[in-house]
Amino acid sequence: MSAMFFLILASLLVALGFLIAFLWAVRSGQFEDKYTPKIRMLFDDHGKAADKDVNLSKSKEN
Amino acid sequence: MDSIKNSKTKSPNTSLSCYHCGELCPQSDISIGDKYFCCNGCKLVYELLKENDLCAYYSLSQAPGTPPAEAGIHSRFSYLDEESLCRQLLTYSDHTISKISFKIPAIHCSSCIWLLENLYRVDAGITESKVNFLRRELRLTFLNDKTSLRKIVETLASIGYEPEINLASVKKEVQKSADKELYLQIGVAGFAFGNIMLLSFPQYLAGDQTIDRTFLSFFGYLSIFLALPVLFYSSMGYFRSALNSLKQKAINMDVPVSLGILTLFIRSVFHILAGEGTGYMDSFTALVFLLLIGKLFQKKTYDSLSFDRDYRSYFPLSVARREQDSESIVPLEKLRVGDRMILRYKELIPADSVLIKGTTLIDYSFVTGESTAVEKKSGDLLYAGGMNAGGRVEMDVVKEVSQSYLTQLWNDDAFSKSSGPGKINELSNRISRYFTFAVLLIATLAAFYWLPGNISLALNAFTAVLIVACPCALALSTPFTLGNTLRIFGKNKFYLKNASVIEAMAMISTIIFDKTGTLTRSTGQEMRFIPATPDSGKLSADEIVFVRSLVRESTHPLSQRLYAALPIVNTLPVSNFTEIPGQGLSGFVSDNELRIGSARFIDRPLEIDASRTASQVMLEINGIYRGHFNLSNQYRAGIWWMIEELGKRFNIQMLSGDNETERPLLTPVFEGDQSLLFNQSPYDKLAHIKKLQKKSENVLMVGDGLNDAGALRQSNVGISLSENINNFTPASDGIIDADHFAWLPRYLKFSRISIRIITISFIISFIYNIVGLFFAVQGTLSPLIAAILMPASSLTVVFFTIGTTTLIGKKLGLRT
Repeated sequence: MSAMFFLILASLLVALGFLIAFLWAVRSGQFEDKYTPKIRMLFDDHGKAADKDVNLSKSKEN
Repeated sequence: MDSIKNSKTKSPNTSLSCYHCGELCPQSDISIGDKYFCCNGCKLVYELLKENDLCAYYSLSQAPGTPPAEAGIHSRFSYLDEESLCRQLLTYSDHTISKISFKIPAIHCSSCIWLLENLYRVDAGITESKVNFLRRELRLTFLNDKTSLRKIVETLASIGYEPEINLASVKKEVQKSADKELYLQIGVAGFAFGNIMLLSFPQYLAGDQTIDRTFLSFFGYLSIFLALPVLFYSSMGYFRSALNSLKQKAINMDVPVSLGILTLFIRSVFHILAGEGTGYMDSFTALVFLLLIGKLFQKKTYDSLSFDRDYRSYFPLSVARREQDSESIVPLEKLRVGDRMILRYKELIPADSVLIKGTTLIDYSFVTGESTAVEKKSGDLLYAGGMNAGGRVEMDVVKEVSQSYLTQLWNDDAFSKSSGPGKINELSNRISRYFTFAVLLIATLAAFYWLPGNISLALNAFTAVLIVACPCALALSTPFTLGNTLRIFGKNKFYLKNASVIEAMAMISTIIFDKTGTLTRSTGQEMRFIPATPDSGKLSADEIVFVRSLVRESTHPLSQRLYAALPIVNTLPVSNFTEIPGQGLSGFVSDNELRIGSARFIDRPLEIDASRTASQVMLEINGIYRGHFNLSNQYRAGIWWMIEELGKRFNIQMLSGDNETERPLLTPVFEGDQSLLFNQSPYDKLAHIKKLQKKSENVLMVGDGLNDAGALRQSNVGISLSENINNFTPASDGIIDADHFAWLPRYLKFSRISIRIITISFIISFIYNIVGLFFAVQGTLSPLIAAILMPASSLTVVFFTIGTTTLIGKKLGLRT
C-alpha cells in the first residue's frame, strides 16, 4: 500500500511542475497579448530574400 | 477633422484606387509603374518602403496604408528634443538603450503589424519593435547613439503611423500587474481544486466500505496543504473587499462570500483533524476557482477599452514661443504669463491669451459646439480650447495653462463625477445586506434548535447553513450577465466603460441629445448647387475645377466643406488669391476671375430657400453671378425614427450650442416647451442636467465634443458618439459608433432585459440555497452533497445567464 503514497506524491509533483510552468508563463507576459502572436507567426521569414519570394508568389497567383 | 479626406470610400467600379491606402485617385499622374497613388504622401511612403525592401507590406493585405500627415512632420516634433519631456515619455532609459511604448491609433491590420515590427530596416537604431494589436500599442527599444526619439516619431509619422503623444500619455500609469495577479490566483486555485477533488473521490465512491484510516488522514492533510495557498493567495481579494466594505459600515456581496468560504475552510480543517476525511476542501477550492473565473470574465470584456480622458488628452504637449527674433518649442508646463506664442493653422490654443498680431478665425466648436468660426482681431481675448482656423498668429499668454477657462471648467467639482463604487447602488450589493442578515438568522435559529440536546449537532448546523448559503451563484450572476451584455454591446459597436453602466441604463427616464455632431453628421454634408436662373444650367466640369481650386486655398470651415463635397477633380494653381476672413475669397484660375463667399461679399440678396437649414455660399465667375451652393447640416440616417421610438418611453430633449436656425425643423420631433434649448454653453448644459436630476430624473446624455464633456459626466449615463472609435472621445460612460446610433433604443431595451435576467438568476440561486438549507438546518449536509450542490448552483446560473443574454440579444437583432 505504501506505493500509493509514493504514486500520489509523484503525481502531485508532476502537477506542481505544470503549475509552475503556468505561473512562469503568466509572469513572463505570455497572457498579455493573445492576438498579435498568432498573426506574427504567419509572416514569412524576415530576411530580405523572403520578401521577394512573397512578391513572386503573389504575382503568380494573379 | 481630416477624416473627410481619410475616410475610405470603397466603391467597386472605380478605375483607380491608391495602391497604398485604397482611396480613390483623383488624378492619374501620381504613379510608379502600374501602381497609382491618391496623393504624393502615399507615393512617398511607397518609395520609402520600397527602398528598404519592405514591400511585403502590400502583399499581406490589400491597400493597407494610411495617408501620412500632410506637412510639418519635421517641425512638429521638435519638442521631442527636450530632454525632460523625453524622460517622462520613455519607459526605460540608460546610457546605451531606451525603451518606449507608443499608442498608434492607425494600427488596423496584419500589414501594420508586419511593417511596424520591421521598423529596424528603416531606422537602424531600433533594435526591437513589438506590436500589441488589441491595445494598438508599439513597444520599441532603440540605441541612443544611433537614433533619437524625435527621429523615430518622425519616421512613424512619415509612413502614416503617427503615435499619440499628449500630456495624458505622459502621466499615464501602467496597471497591468492587476491582470497578471488574477491569472496567477486562478492558476493556484485551479491547481488546488483539481488535486483535492482527486483526493476526495475515494471517500465519495467508497459507499459502505470503509477506507483505511491512514489514507483518510493522509488525504486530509494533503488537502489542507493544497488549500492553504488558495485561502491566503487566491481568495485574498474577496477578504480585502469584504473588510473594506465593513469598515465603511456597508455590506457588499463579498461579505457573505467571505463568510461562506472562511467557514468552509475552518470546518474542513476540524473535519480533517478529527480524521473524518477531506472535509469540504474540494467545495472550497471549487468555489474560489469559479468565483475568480467570473471575475476574469468580467474583466476581459472591457479590457481593451480605456476612455478615462480629461482635458490633458486634447492639449498638445508643447507650443512655439517667440524669443526676440527666433522661436523655440517649449513644453506647456513651462509656458508663463506674458510669453508670446505662435500658433499655426489648426493648432489648439493651450492657454487664455490676447491676440497680438494678425486677424484670424477661431473655431470654438470644441468648447461651445457652435460650428461657425469666430473672427478675432488683435487685442481680442482668446480662450483656451479654441482652434486656430486661419493663418499664423501671435498671442500673449494671460493665464497659465492650469488656470485657463477650460481647465478650470474641468477641475470644477461639478465636472468630476464621483465615479467608482457608490455611484449607483449595485443590485447585488443591495440584496447582499438582507441576504447576510437572513443567513445569520437562519444559522442561529438552527443552532438554538439543536443546542439543548446536542452541541456538536448545533455547531454542525450553524456552520452548514453558512456554507451552503454562500452566495457564489449570486456573486456570479451579475458578472456573467453584465459581462456578456457588455461583450454583445461591444460586438455591435457600443462600448461601455464598465458593467454598472448597464444598470444605470436600465433606469433611465430622460434622454438628452446634443445637436451638432450628434444628430447631424460632421462629415459628408449634402451639397446642392442652385443656378442663378434655371436656364444657366449646372456647373460645367471646368467650373467645378475652378471652384475646387479656389476653395482649396482657404481654411474657412465652409470652404473646406465645399471642397470635400465637390466631385474629386484635378486642381489648378490660383493667382491673386485674396481672402476676407468671414466673408469670402477671390482669385484667378486659368484667367477666370472667381469670387466665392457670403451674400454680403458678392453683394446680392440672400436666396430664399424652403429649408432654412443650410448655409449658402454664393459664386461669381468673371463678374457674373452664377448661382449658390446650399450646404446643409445633414441629419444622421434613421434618427427621426429613433427619436420617435424613444419618445414612447422616455422624455426626450435636445441641448445645442448652436443658434436657433433649425428650431422649426426640430419642433415637430421634440415635444414640450423645455425640450429644445439652443445657445447652450457647456455650463448651461451641465446646469440643465443637474436641474433634471433634482427632479429625480435619470438622465442619459448623448454628445460628441469636448463641449459636452461636462454634461456627459454629470448625467447618469453619458454616451459619446464617435465617427471613428479609435479617434477621439470625451470622458464618458460609453462610446457609440456613429453608424449604429439609431440602434440606441435596442441597446436600452437590451440593458433592461439584462437586469431582469439577473433578477431571475437570483431566484434560481435562492432555490438552490433553500434545498441546501433543508439539509443544513438538520445538520445532515455531507461533504458529498455540498460538493454536488454548490458547484451545480453556480454552473446553472452561469449557463442560464450567458444563454439567455445571447439568445435575447439575437432576438433583438444584435450580433452575438
